[in-house]
Amino acid sequence: MADVPLDRVAETATTEVEDLSLHHPHSWLTRYVFSQDAKTISIQYTVTALVIGFIALFLSWLMRLQLGFPGTFAFIDAAAYYQLITMHGMMMIVYVLTAVLLGGFGNYLIPLMVGARDMVFPYANMLSYWFYLLAVVILLASFFAPGGPTGAGWTLYPPQAILSGTPGQESGIILMLVSLIVFIAGFTMGGLNYVVTVLQGRTRGMTLMRMPLTVWGIFTASVMALLAFPALFVASVMMLFDKLFGTSFFMPSLIELGTRLDYGGGSPILFQHLFWFFGHPEVYIVALPAFGIVSDLIATHARRNIFGYRMMVWAILAIGALSFVVWAHHMYVSGMNPWFGFFFATTTLIIAVPTAIKVYNWILTLWRGDIHLTVPMLFALGFIVTFVNGGLSGLFLGNVVVDVPLSDTMFVVAHFHMVMGIAPVLVIFGAIYHWYPKVTGRMMNEALGKLHFWITFLGTYAIFFPMHYLGLLGVPRRYHEMGEASFFPASAQMLNAYITVLALIVGAAQLLFLFNLIWSIRHGREAGGNPWRATSLEWQTPETPPPHGNWGKEQPAVYRWAYDYNVPGVAQDFIPQNMPPEAVPLGARPASGGMS
Amino acid sequence: MYVALALFIIAIGSVVFHLLSPWWWTPIASNWSYIDHTITITFWITGLVFVAVVLFMAWCVWRYRHRPQQAEVLYEPENKRLEWWLTVGTAIGVAAMLAPGLYVWRQFITVPPDADEVEIVAQQWQWSYRLPGPDGRLGATAIRHISDDNPLGLDPDDPRGADDIMVQGGELHLPIGRPVKAVLRSLDVLHDFYVPEFRAKMDLIPGMVTYFWLTPTRTGTFEVLCAEMCGVGHAFMRGFVVVAEESDYRAWLEQQQPARPTAQRTVPVMAER
Ligand code: HEM
Ligand SMILES: [Cu+2]
Repeated sequence: MADVPLDRVAETATTEVEDLSLHHPHSWLTRYVFSQDAKTISIQYTVTALVIGFIALFLSWLMRLQLGFPGTFAFIDAAAYYQLITMHGMMMIVYVLTAVLLGGFGNYLIPLMVGARDMVFPYANMLSYWFYLLAVVILLASFFAPGGPTGAGWTLYPPQAILSGTPGQESGIILMLVSLIVFIAGFTMGGLNYVVTVLQGRTRGMTLMRMPLTVWGIFTASVMALLAFPALFVASVMMLFDKLFGTSFFMPSLIELGTRLDYGGGSPILFQHLFWFFGHPEVYIVALPAFGIVSDLIATHARRNIFGYRMMVWAILAIGALSFVVWAHHMYVSGMNPWFGFFFATTTLIIAVPTAIKVYNWILTLWRGDIHLTVPMLFALGFIVTFVNGGLSGLFLGNVVVDVPLSDTMFVVAHFHMVMGIAPVLVIFGAIYHWYPKVTGRMMNEALGKLHFWITFLGTYAIFFPMHYLGLLGVPRRYHEMGEASFFPASAQMLNAYITVLALIVGAAQLLFLFNLIWSIRHGREAGGNPWRATSLEWQTPETPPPHGNWGKEQPAVYRWAYDYNVPGVAQDFIPQNMPPEAVPLGARPASGGMS
Repeated sequence: MYVALALFIIAIGSVVFHLLSPWWWTPIASNWSYIDHTITITFWITGLVFVAVVLFMAWCVWRYRHRPQQAEVLYEPENKRLEWWLTVGTAIGVAAMLAPGLYVWRQFITVPPDADEVEIVAQQWQWSYRLPGPDGRLGATAIRHISDDNPLGLDPDDPRGADDIMVQGGELHLPIGRPVKAVLRSLDVLHDFYVPEFRAKMDLIPGMVTYFWLTPTRTGTFEVLCAEMCGVGHAFMRGFVVVAEESDYRAWLEQQQPARPTAQRTVPVMAER
């Protein structure tokens, strides 16, 4: 990889197609609404998910208001609080992060980055979005259903989730389960596309080990999602049966507020195993695309090859595989057989090794680079700090006996917000600032972007870092108020109030982003085709934004990996993947590498 | 260079916050100080890594920021030696946390043979307790036996249960210095018995019996919280555990009445399947 490889691909003819054979859409409806173009579907996914993201953010405001100033807001009682955390958590994880990273970025970037014209099954791809939208509508409908949305916690643990001590058990829980089932059906259609397109749709010369890490991340996450979501699917179906038809998959014989119910013989722990068999891989389904994207942001904006590319690919695959054998680390105090603890603590801590390798390789890519502190780069740096912080607190919670005092406390809330809440969100922002010029042809405003970055990054760090210490004190999670407790000093309530104020500020700052996003469509600086002087294929399209079919007549051929930045003896500081070896300009480089 | 400076402040500021934080774990009241030690080890190792990573980033951002007179960028796709060193170093650090962790976990799940048993029963949203009477054995229970005068569902035909002592909605009393095995049962949904000073906690699950054990090491009254979401009353599901000297404990025990469940009377809802 070090030298510019002369490859046999140069001798193979590239694919040329007649324009007509591309099945271009003919009406407004098939172009913009029922579109089968992965790029349009990507935008549909992203916009829908952003809307949900803003709703979930708003819900977190309400939760924080209650926690910071308990009792001040009469309409947020215990029941409402539980409905808020449940909807906030489920929306953020499934309907925002999974949808943006796979449905949004996957659709836009996979075909362009591997040099394909589109996904391999465009019709299923279109259906995938419409299923997603249906799932979203069902989910939102539960806000208006009798009894309101479910307040079972995003983990939906039975028996509580379907019994009357829990808000939303009338219809909210049913809508939630149905929505998840629809979501998973829709995701499966999209996920198959992402996987098959990577395996079958790559252009000439795009070997697997030349793919940008973004594609590796999304690809591995999609494979994982196809394996993990079915567990949630069956768990949801079974719980729906328990709720509607009186089966007892998860229901032992029990008393509900003084009355004996007609259930018997089921196992609540079985649900937890199924849930986390999905739920833990889900963390990495969100994390791996973020890992991949951030690798590409760093390499591009530090003008340096990603350090240890092959190790990075193996680390992604190792993390993906290992993440299927760690699920019960969410269940150390669940009452499962305690001997499981040894196994799951060991596997969990082993995952730390490939994860650490990724972190080292990111920072070693910065080392001896030419770091341009662009907005995407800032978000990438913010991601590393946040992710390392959250990853390290994971070593507490993964280490079985250390988890015992900390589990179900605010320490856990702080940990998972850092590692899988804020960290991927920072990557999503960075990625949007980075690829926006490709999608719209214009740059987003840099000053606004920087302001948005600093408030978001510093703000969230200042929100979630001190929160760990509430957990150390012993404050449980999912408490709408702590009330009187001997171990809970007045200063801790002040900390809560401070966190709330920051959360309001950080939340409001997201409007800067929203404004920038919309305003720049018309008023952003013209970007040209490759404003970041990046190597990967999506920046080499003949037109920007790329039209249906992406490449015009001729698909690109690939001659090298995606990280040829500052190759010695080459006259420019990057070599696009599709530049034939004989076209590479040799010679000394001008002193300064162009853009700042 | 404000980006580098911000990173520097985050690294140092986090450490300073940690050292000065007035919020720290409550003084321990059980034998599980091992757990605290393991947390301390973990804080050291992870803290060092965090500071090292963030400071290195800060330095890189400062030293290799884009400048007109750019130093040569290193083109080095991989460096096997460095990558292996880092991998091995990480593995050692991880092992240094895992080994004590697993060692203590072994103790955590191994109940000493001489431990006293107490039963903790949860239902929405209160705690109840049951102590074995003079025979030292707890009687069998089942959901189907539950009735107004048999709220914990004792089996009326089990002689071992006749002398059991029930504490309904009151405090759990424990003698100091004697290992105790808490046997956990829930009548409705998941709950979790959590006393921050004990460090130990465990879920209570309908349909099965779970356990944990500890030896109280400090007298006093400690707060019991529910740590597993159990419906709208979750945050109010509180109670107290009183750790007392052996003599005070005996005096309290004398005053408790044995159960002697009256004749069976099932709840008139549906038959057990
Ligand atoms: C600044 C932004 C955010 C704030 C202020 C915030 C705040 C909160 C609060 C107050 C809770 C409830 C804690 C409790 O009482 O247990 C919570 C729970 C949660 N949040 Fe966030 N959050 C934010 C962003 C996110 C993001 C980006 C994610 C994406 C993964 C996320 C995922 C969750 C989940 C999964 C829960 C748990 C819900 C449950 O316990 O069932 N949050 N958040
Ligand atoms: Cu509870």
